[in-house]
Amino acid sequence: MLRFLVRRLLGAIPLLLGVAVLSFLFMQLAPGGPDALFARNARMSEAQLQQIRQNMGLDRPAPEQLLRWIGNLLRGDLGISYSQYRPVTEVIGDVFPNTVLLMAVGLTLSLVLALSFGILAARHPYGFFDNVASFLSYFGLAMPVFWFGLMLQLFFAVRLGWLPSAGMVGANGSGPLDIARHLILPAITIAIGSIAGWSRYVRSSTLEQLAQDYVRTARAKGLVDQRVIRGHVLRNALIPFVTVVAIDAPLYLTGAVLTETVFSWPGMGRLFFDALTVRDYPVLMGILILGAVLIVVGNLLADVVYGLLDPRISVR
Amino acid sequence: MSLPRIDAVDEPVAREAVAAGAPSQVASGLPEGRVAALAGLAGSGDRPARSPGQLALARLRRAKLAVFGLVVLAALVLAAVFAEAIAPYGENEIDLFNITAPPSAEHPLGTDELGRDELSRLIYGSRVSLLVGVATALLATVVGIAVGAVAGYYGGGVDALLMRFVDVVLAFPAIFLLLILFSITGSSVGGVILFLGLFSWMWLARIIRGEFLSLKERDFIEAAHAIGVPDGRIIVRHLLPNVVAAIVVATTLNVAYAMLAEATLSFLGFGVPPGTPTWGNMLNAARPNYTTAPMLAIAPGMALTVAVLAINFVGDGLRDALDPRR
Repeated sequence: MLRFLVRRLLGAIPLLLGVAVLSFLFMQLAPGGPDALFARNARMSEAQLQQIRQNMGLDRPAPEQLLRWIGNLLRGDLGISYSQYRPVTEVIGDVFPNTVLLMAVGLTLSLVLALSFGILAARHPYGFFDNVASFLSYFGLAMPVFWFGLMLQLFFAVRLGWLPSAGMVGANGSGPLDIARHLILPAITIAIGSIAGWSRYVRSSTLEQLAQDYVRTARAKGLVDQRVIRGHVLRNALIPFVTVVAIDAPLYLTGAVLTETVFSWPGMGRLFFDALTVRDYPVLMGILILGAVLIVVGNLLADVVYGLLDPRISVR
Repeated sequence: MSLPRIDAVDEPVAREAVAAGAPSQVASGLPEGRVAALAGLAGSGDRPARSPGQLALARLRRAKLAVFGLVVLAALVLAAVFAEAIAPYGENEIDLFNITAPPSAEHPLGTDELGRDELSRLIYGSRVSLLVGVATALLATVVGIAVGAVAGYYGGGVDALLMRFVDVVLAFPAIFLLLILFSITGSSVGGVILFLGLFSWMWLARIIRGEFLSLKERDFIEAAHAIGVPDGRIIVRHLLPNVVAAIVVATTLNVAYAMLAEATLSFLGFGVPPGTPTWGNMLNAARPNYTTAPMLAIAPGMALTVAVLAINFVGDGLRDALDPRR
C-alpha cells in the first residue's frame, strides 16, 4: 500500500509540472506579455516600467523565468499579485475558505440526497419514486448549472423574497446564521448536477448488489429488507461510488465559479474574474495550479480509497 | 457509414462510450456532467435484477425516449435551417414600442432590452448552438480517434507519451484555462469550436486506445499483417470499424456537452461575440433585467435544457441500439 502511494505521488509530480509549464506558456502567449497590466498604465514612465520589470524578474529570458517560477512554486511561493501587490498565496488564501465552504456544503448536500434518493429508487425499481427520480435526474443533467441558479434566484429571492439573492453577508445581518441563509441557494445550485448523477449511480450499483447471491442468503436467514440493505448491500455498493465522488469532487471548482458568478459569492470564482479583467497573471496561474492540484489529489484519493475499501483489490 | 462488425466487439464498447461522453464533460469541467450519471442512467448495473418483462418494458421506454429525442432534434434542426421562414421577426429587428415587453400575442415570448422579439432570437440562436455543438463534437472525435488509434496501435513509447499528455490535459481545470484563452484571443465562434474541441477529446482517445490494445492481438489483425496490409489501412479498415459504436455514442453526447459549454462561456461573456443571438448570450443579456422581464432568462435556458435532453436521449438510444449485448 505504502509503495503504491509513493509511486502514485511520484507520478503526480510530472503531471503537475506539465500543468505548470503549460500555464506559463499561455501567459507568455498573451498579447502584451505578462506585464501588459503595467505597460497599459499611461502615467507610468518608461524608467518605472523597466524598474518593475526588473523587480518582478520579467526582464529575464523566458526559460529563466519559467525555471524560477517553478522553483518558487515548489517552495509554495506563487509570486506577487500584479494588481494587489501582495503574495498570490495571500490573495488566494483570503477567498479560498469561502469557496471551500460553498463546495463543502454543496458536497454534503449532494452526498446525503444522492444516497437517499438512490437507495429509495433501488428499493422499488421502476416504481413511482424511481420513475420520478429518473425523470428529474435527466433534467438535472441537461440543465445549465448557472441557469438553474438564476431560476432559483428569480423565484426564491426575487419573487418570494424568502432568501437573500446575492453575497455572503447581509447589509445588517452577521454571524453564522446570516451566512447560512446566504448559502442555501448557492449550495443547491452547486449540488444539483451531482445529486442527479450520483443518485442514478447509487441506484444502479445498489440494484446490482441486490441481485447477488449473498443478498438471497441474507434474506433467507430472515433479515428484513432494511437490514439487508444497510448491513450488506450498501457496503458493497458504496465502494465504486466513493471513487466516483473522489473523482467528481474537485470539479466542484467549476461549479463554484459559475455559482459564485450568479450569486456574487466572494470566492475563487470572483477572484478569477477580477484577475482576468486586469490581467493579473500570477493570480491566474496560481488558481490554475491550485485547481490542477485538487484534481490530481481527487484522482489519487479515488485510487487509494478504492484499495482500502475493497480488500479484494490488491493495490500494488 | 457502415455499421461495425458487431461480432468482433469484444468489450461492451458502447457502454463504455457512455462513460466516455460523461467524463469528457467532467474533464472539460464546464457543465455538471458525470461519469456516474450516464452510466447510471444507462442502467447498466441493474440488469440482473430485472425480469424479462421489465427488461422489455425498460427497453421500450428508452426507445420511446430516443424517438422523442429524435423528434425534438429534428424540429430544432429545421428551425435552425429555416429560421428566416419560421421566425416572426428578424434577429435584429427592433420594435421601439415594445422594449422588455411581457409575452403578448404580438411577441409570444416578449421582447428584450432593445425591443427585439425573444422568440425570433431564440430560433436564430439555435443556429450557433447547433453549429458549435456539432462542429466541436466532430473536432473532438477526430482528435480523439487520431490520438487513441496511434497510441493503441503502436503502443510502447508513443503510447506512454501520448497517454501522459492526456493525463496532463485532464488535470487542467478546464474552465479557468478556457476563460484565459478567450480573454487572450477575444471571442469568436471559431475560437469556441476550436478550444472546446481541443478540451473534449481525451476520453474518447482513452477508450479507443484501450480497445485497440486488445484488438490488435487478435487473429484477424495478425492475418492482415501477414498478408502485408500497411499500418494505416489496418487502423482504418480493420480496427476502427470495431469501435464505431463507441465513437458514435461519444460524439453524440459530446454535441450536448459542447452546446452547454458554449452557453456557459457566452453567459460568462467569453464565448460567442455579444450581439450574436445564441442562447448563452441571451441569458447573459437577460441578467440585468431579469427581475422585470423573467421570460428573457427563462426561455433560452428552457430551450437549451430541452435540446440537451433530446441529444442525451438520442445518445442513450444509440448506445442501446448499437450494443448487441442488450
